[in-house]
Amino acid sequence: MEAVRAVDSVVDKLPVIEVRDAIKRYGVGDASIFALNGVSLTIEAGEYVAIMGPSGSGKSTLMNILGALDNMTSGEYFLDGIEISSMDEIHLSIVRGRKIGFIFQSFNLIPRTTAIANVELPMAYQGVKTKERRERALVALDVVGLGDRINHEPTELSGGQQQRVAVARALVTRPALLLADEPTGALDSKSTADLLDLFDQINAAGRTVVVITHELDVAHRAKRIIRMRDGKIVSDELNKERVA
Amino acid sequence: MSVFEIVRFAIRGLFTNRLRTFLTVLGITIGVASVIILLAVGNGSSKAIQASLDRLGTNSLQVRSGGGGFGARARASASSQKPLTILDAAALMDKTQAPDILQVAPIASTNGTCVVGASTTTPSTFYGTWPAYYKASNTSIQSGSYFTNDDVTQGRRVALIGQTTATALFGTTSPIGQTMRCSGIEFTVIGLTTVKGASGFQDGDSLVLIPITTMENSITGNQPLSSIIVEATNSKTTDAAQTELTTILDARHGISGRKTADFSVFNQASLLTTASTSSKTFTTLLGMVAAISLLVGGIGITNIMLVTVIERTREIGIRKAIGAPKGAILSQFLIEATILSVLGGALGVLVGFIGSHFTIAGTKPVIVPASVFLAFGVSILIGVFFGGYPASRAASLRPIEALRHE
Ligand SMILES: Nc1ncnc2c1ncn2[C@@H]1O[C@H](COP(=O)(O)OP(=O)(O)OP(=O)(O)O)[C@@H](O)[C@H]1O
Ligand SMILES: [Mg+2]
Repeated sequence: MEAVRAVDSVVDKLPVIEVRDAIKRYGVGDASIFALNGVSLTIEAGEYVAIMGPSGSGKSTLMNILGALDNMTSGEYFLDGIEISSMDEIHLSIVRGRKIGFIFQSFNLIPRTTAIANVELPMAYQGVKTKERRERALVALDVVGLGDRINHEPTELSGGQQQRVAVARALVTRPALLLADEPTGALDSKSTADLLDLFDQINAAGRTVVVITHELDVAHRAKRIIRMRDGKIVSDELNKERVA
Repeated sequence: MSVFEIVRFAIRGLFTNRLRTFLTVLGITIGVASVIILLAVGNGSSKAIQASLDRLGTNSLQVRSGGGGFGARARASASSQKPLTILDAAALMDKTQAPDILQVAPIASTNGTCVVGASTTTPSTFYGTWPAYYKASNTSIQSGSYFTNDDVTQGRRVALIGQTTATALFGTTSPIGQTMRCSGIEFTVIGLTTVKGASGFQDGDSLVLIPITTMENSITGNQPLSSIIVEATNSKTTDAAQTELTTILDARHGISGRKTADFSVFNQASLLTTASTSSKTFTTLLGMVAAISLLVGGIGITNIMLVTVIERTREIGIRKAIGAPKGAILSQFLIEATILSVLGGALGVLVGFIGSHFTIAGTKPVIVPASVFLAFGVSILIGVFFGGYPASRAASLRPIEALRHE
């Protein structure tokens, strides 16, 4: 908790996700598929949201759009009040680097590169000075409990440890928004529990967290649960267990 | 992100993929080195032929008795043969009939033994000739003087000798002004010829040259000439000179119609031209082999570069997902490709230079400067283009597309 605050010494201004009528269509003509078929969604700063739904319902598609990794066929997306849907590639790379921390099911660490170098990487692209970069990366790795593994390469780390490196990498730029697509999908129950504790801390520090999951117990750690089916949001409710 | 930082990323990229780095550099090195060495071998062999062409003189023709020489004039029956005489040689000096002939040297030859006190030697070449012979046969003297036309007309008993003969007869003392007795006749040595070295089995320095008149008058009598050396005005007129001398000698020897010639003409130039033509063909072939090896090397580089980028498309996706701008990624891959190709190219040039110091297939390679630049340039172009182009395509993908790449 204290450590997360250390990483996040500057509290960002209120992050807001606002999506209107998002449509994502793959293919053309009769063969086309609507992966997103009119999704509208607002997420306030500091929320902790879980997205659930059957396979193929469009969860990852939505997440990739929220993370500025993919574009939509039509619709509007504002992140922190900035319109992303019409932004050019250069500005998008800045948004990805500064506003968003993305965590993948398959970790996506750079192979044959040490944990610390992986965590330093996003700061390098932002032009953070070498010394400051190293200090911040060390703090972030400490937060995720890997202070003693900084020089290990991905192949020398367990799945849970790799995912924690990925979390450190996502956090180290102090993003407004932390997005995680099935972050526990490849983890055992102990690692899952550790990661969820970490998410709780991150959210408690004021950061917005959005998690896709199949697992009910993961979803139940969130404060709001959104369910999707066939490219549409079918339910959107507060988690009564977490929100009084 | 600074340039320095991107260069560091590129170098780190090269170190994390050591095997690939090694293979790429090796491929470029081999391609570049083989082009340089192969062309150097081809160039060296044609240089060697050119040198022997220059040494022999391209404009001399040799006329000998009997048919069947180079250029195949058929054999004449022995009875109808007329010998070559000093008059034939004189006839060839007719400037109106033979404008392309510069000078003519008749050669009478004999086998004689030379004696000085207790020392004897049998020169492998014992010629009687006149001064035109010096230039036509590339003979010069290292000390003393040549015998002159005057010596020839007067039939003086003077001689030029070669180093081997001089050593055999006079040891280390200077032979100039000394006397020796050859075939029973006493000669004054007036000149020592420049060392020629051996050609084939013949020692070019086991030599005695005397005025042709002296030889005919005192040793051989009116024996036919062994040959006539004819020098054309320049290397381009050798063929014309050959035609002219053939016409003159045909007339003098009564050769016409069915009657076949009783002399033959040896054209050293055409022999050597053939040799140099085949050496050019050889160089061209080597050049083609070199070009193919550069091409194969280039395809190898292209392949490795393409595979690398495809293999690393996912990595490019990750880098983009965490905020890497396209420019930074592209620069990193371009710098990696440049370092690889420059390193490989430089090593290739180094290996090429070292390899060209050894004698290869009996040839001393001579590096063609253009081949160095060509091979180096082509390898860098290929490396940078095929490293850069797929990287630029991958860097232009949306992050999610690059990430989905397997
Ligand atoms: N690149 C693509 N090309 C074509 N169709 C695609 C592509 N990506 C996704 N789809 C389709 O879009 C739909 C939604 O896919 P998406 O990955 O968002 O599902 P998901 O909810 O994340 O499923 P899962 O829980 O299995 O991960 C699916 O029908 C899928 O087949
Ligand atoms: Mg998915």
